[in-house]
Amino acid sequence: MEAGRSPNIKIITNAEIKEVSGIAGNFFVKILCYPRYVDATKCTGCGVCAQYCPVTIPDPYNQNLSLRKAIDIQYTQAVPSSYSVHSDYCLFLNRKECKQCTRACQTGAINFDQKAEVFEYHVGSIIMATGFKECDAGSIESYSYKDSPNIVTGLEFERISSASGPYMGKILRPSDLKKPKKIAFIQCAGSRTQISGKSYCSSVCCKYAVKDAIVALEHEPDLDITIFFMDMRLYGKGFETFYERARKSGVTFIRSRVSEIKHDKDTEDLVIEYIKEDGTLHHDTFNLIVLPMGLEPHKENYSLAKTAGIKLNTHGFFQTGLFNPLNTIREGIYVAGGCKGPMPLPDSVMQASGAAVCASELLKKSRGTLISEKAFAEEISIDQEDLRIGVFVCNCGKNIGGVVDVVGVKKYAETLPGVVVSTDNVYSCSEDTQALIKETVINEKLNRVVVAACTPRTHEPLFQTTIREAGLNKCLFEMVNIRDQCSWVHAYEKEEATQKAKDLIRMAVAKAGLIQPLAEPVIDIIPKALVIGGGLAGMTAALSLAGQGFECYLIEKTFVLGGNLRNIHYTLEGEDPKLYLNELIDKVNNHDLINVITESEVESVNGFVGNFHTVITTGANHGTDREELKHGIIILANGAAVYEPDEYLYGKSENVLLQHVLEERIASGQYIPDKEDSVVMIQCVGSRDDKHPYCSSICCSMAIKNALKIKEINPATNIYILYRDMRPYGFHEDFYKDARDRGVVFIRYDIKHKPDVTEIDGGVCVTVRDPIINKDVVIDAKILALSTAIIPREDKKLEKALSVTKSAEGFFLESHVQLKPVDSYVDGIYICGMSQFPKPIDESIFQAKAAASQASILLARGYVKAEPIVSSCDTDKCIGCGICEYFCPYNAIKMTRINKKRKAEIVVAACKGCGVCSSYCPARAINMGRFTDEQILAQIKAFGDSKE
Amino acid sequence: MKNNNGHNKLIGAVMVVGGGITGIQAAMDLSEAGYYVYLVERSSAIGGIMAGLDKTFPTNDCAI
Repeated sequence: MEAGRSPNIKIITNAEIKEVSGIAGNFFVKILCYPRYVDATKCTGCGVCAQYCPVTIPDPYNQNLSLRKAIDIQYTQAVPSSYSVHSDYCLFLNRKECKQCTRACQTGAINFDQKAEVFEYHVGSIIMATGFKECDAGSIESYSYKDSPNIVTGLEFERISSASGPYMGKILRPSDLKKPKKIAFIQCAGSRTQISGKSYCSSVCCKYAVKDAIVALEHEPDLDITIFFMDMRLYGKGFETFYERARKSGVTFIRSRVSEIKHDKDTEDLVIEYIKEDGTLHHDTFNLIVLPMGLEPHKENYSLAKTAGIKLNTHGFFQTGLFNPLNTIREGIYVAGGCKGPMPLPDSVMQASGAAVCASELLKKSRGTLISEKAFAEEISIDQEDLRIGVFVCNCGKNIGGVVDVVGVKKYAETLPGVVVSTDNVYSCSEDTQALIKETVINEKLNRVVVAACTPRTHEPLFQTTIREAGLNKCLFEMVNIRDQCSWVHAYEKEEATQKAKDLIRMAVAKAGLIQPLAEPVIDIIPKALVIGGGLAGMTAALSLAGQGFECYLIEKTFVLGGNLRNIHYTLEGEDPKLYLNELIDKVNNHDLINVITESEVESVNGFVGNFHTVITTGANHGTDREELKHGIIILANGAAVYEPDEYLYGKSENVLLQHVLEERIASGQYIPDKEDSVVMIQCVGSRDDKHPYCSSICCSMAIKNALKIKEINPATNIYILYRDMRPYGFHEDFYKDARDRGVVFIRYDIKHKPDVTEIDGGVCVTVRDPIINKDVVIDAKILALSTAIIPREDKKLEKALSVTKSAEGFFLESHVQLKPVDSYVDGIYICGMSQFPKPIDESIFQAKAAASQASILLARGYVKAEPIVSSCDTDKCIGCGICEYFCPYNAIKMTRINKKRKAEIVVAACKGCGVCSSYCPARAINMGRFTDEQILAQIKAFGDSKE
Repeated sequence: MKNNNGHNKLIGAVMVVGGGITGIQAAMDLSEAGYYVYLVERSSAIGGIMAGLDKTFPTNDCAI
């Protein structure tokens, strides 16, 4: 992990916070560090100590489904990559005997004299990110989790289906290690309950159950999988189609809360008793049951909150506000991720970035004062030198060494032309091998390095940094993947795998002979930002950037700031949106560094990351005035729109309203609920159907909000909410319960039997099939409120100007759903707010902050370095056909004229090195850095040169 | 480790408590943005819950 290599991150493990004093910008924090009894600077991670350790304990990493030793490492790729002693189990620490590990350790890393120590650190800000944990499955007595080994939790099932898990990725049941035929998932285990567990919805369990079911079917297509659920809460981008996919691949979904699991002691099978929606009682037998457990706060949150002087909410998570979703009551202390409530991964990642930017706003004056850049020695010139290639072959523990004859491969490599040294190593990525590579490069005067190990995708940068530290240009490096391509795919053909490893190394050595040092082009960044869209997300992002000292243009299409937040008059949480909006608009308008331009639109965007030139049109009638803005990055936050349906008499009857119009009428007093009134709300209007196949995420909460408001004004007003699945995820579940307690009637309808609406005197008549009584319910309603879909804005001009990709739903697409949730596919353009997907207020705010965080990293650094893999064009060979420009997916090629002839020019900053241009070029004028035609041909030729 | 920067000055370092994906992401952002980070973790290695999730499904379809 990169965090382990940053010179500016100090990782302190086995540690807890004991005391926080001081004020924002200037805290003193006391940390208690428990001993690991292993000197991390000496430990090489070889694992010999664990082989000798006689104490076997359940392995928490594999959810206790497998065993580990009392001295061990959490998982293979752990950072720091050092073993540690489990003090509860170690024989020496508890009974003063054994010390096998001390004798086994070759480097003398084990030190039982280590003591717990307290250290004090001086910091400007603190971010709490302590996460959540799975609820205890044993606490649900009627599910007999403790009695049956074949009832597993969601996390246990993750390990079961993992290739690195206890059964090597085979789906087996723990009691007899046999393949189960029938698996059931039981949703809401420990969630949405008043009896055994938590009242709130844990937000992620529906998603991961569907994921696990699909993964399991990919492993074993003949599995029979049933998911028992109350509501399937697949809100959020892409999940509704995911749900569809699960149904199509044969997963059975049964709407029922399972009350009991009976354990058959003879067969170890499990019997579920459940009542279907129509009231009929059923029994079914399964071989394996998965409980995707709800998530709960760590108990330690109480002491941590006390130490840090911050508050917890009623559920024991750290308390934040709707409009300040990352702030605590103590200035300078921020919270992010699962410690403030259950949430999916992208939200955690965005909150992390958001909290980072909060700290950055606070500490902007001290930015850069305590960090150091990694300094490198000057590069050694390799001109006129003979080839001196070093080959380093990795065992990867047993991962490669268990299949491939690594010593044989190493010896073979020594015989190849140009190779002067070849070694084999246990773990090439370990710190001691890095030191060895560095030393060998210097002592043997190597000028090319080949590493045969795992995948370059994860490890190439590590080795490149190492040879750079030894003075070699980082392009004088080749990596051979003998793990994925040899030991993994040919695990049972050891000889062939070894031969293939030799072939691959021979090819890499042939290529290495032709590689040359390449420079990393550096591009300066204009330290200004353009934010498109003056709604909640856009304003939040602009304020965050300006708060860190960066100048911003904020452009808004309409004549007024505020966007969709203007339609919100009250909130479920009780916080005042009008007050917040007005304060926000004032702050934006009065900030010296924010240049607000209303009634303006983007006409064209030229340039690339660091150097954008955007032409906007301004003026009341769009297009009278033009202005060119120069800026380094773009944040896209142009929001979303409300769908207007052509069903349920919308637009035909004045009693049929959109949900937000009802809200406005309630707030303004235009509608005063009467005890005689019936108000009907229909959910999923235009959502989760053929037209808009996604769930709009916010409509269930909005309906509950308006229902509760009406009940608050007049408890006697009748309210009916007609829904398909109620999805008030997270803590909003409590409001759903409140609404039911106050007499709001919830009736489920099926998409195949939509409610029927006819006009009557003074209102509309709504007929809906109630699946519980299996009869039509007829309601004469004064008002029918439609919870309609949130749909993407169509702005062809903007989309064309930016060439940012959109998802199938029509929202802007992020470059990685999980790990890069605010980066677009174009460098330097970030997305946030409802233009990315429909979301509630707090999520828009932290996403905007996350976008500002990613943008400010670039703006603060002031430059970007392009990878040397970019393409280059030989203008002598170029015939100017332009096919490369046409095919380039990143707009990185521009046709220009040189001496009146059309030639291709590479925009280095935009090029990703994908190679499309090079492969299409009919004149072979385009070559890729590190992958020239000459080098690839040498590799192919070497493949045919087998000497054995 | 105590810095003698006085009590009124802003300190250009941040402590991140928790070494799961959230803590790691916050630490990476801060260190890249120019702040020194202390990443404090209760267990013996960083990674948190995500390190234990099945990674055989690394496409964009991957759920949690």
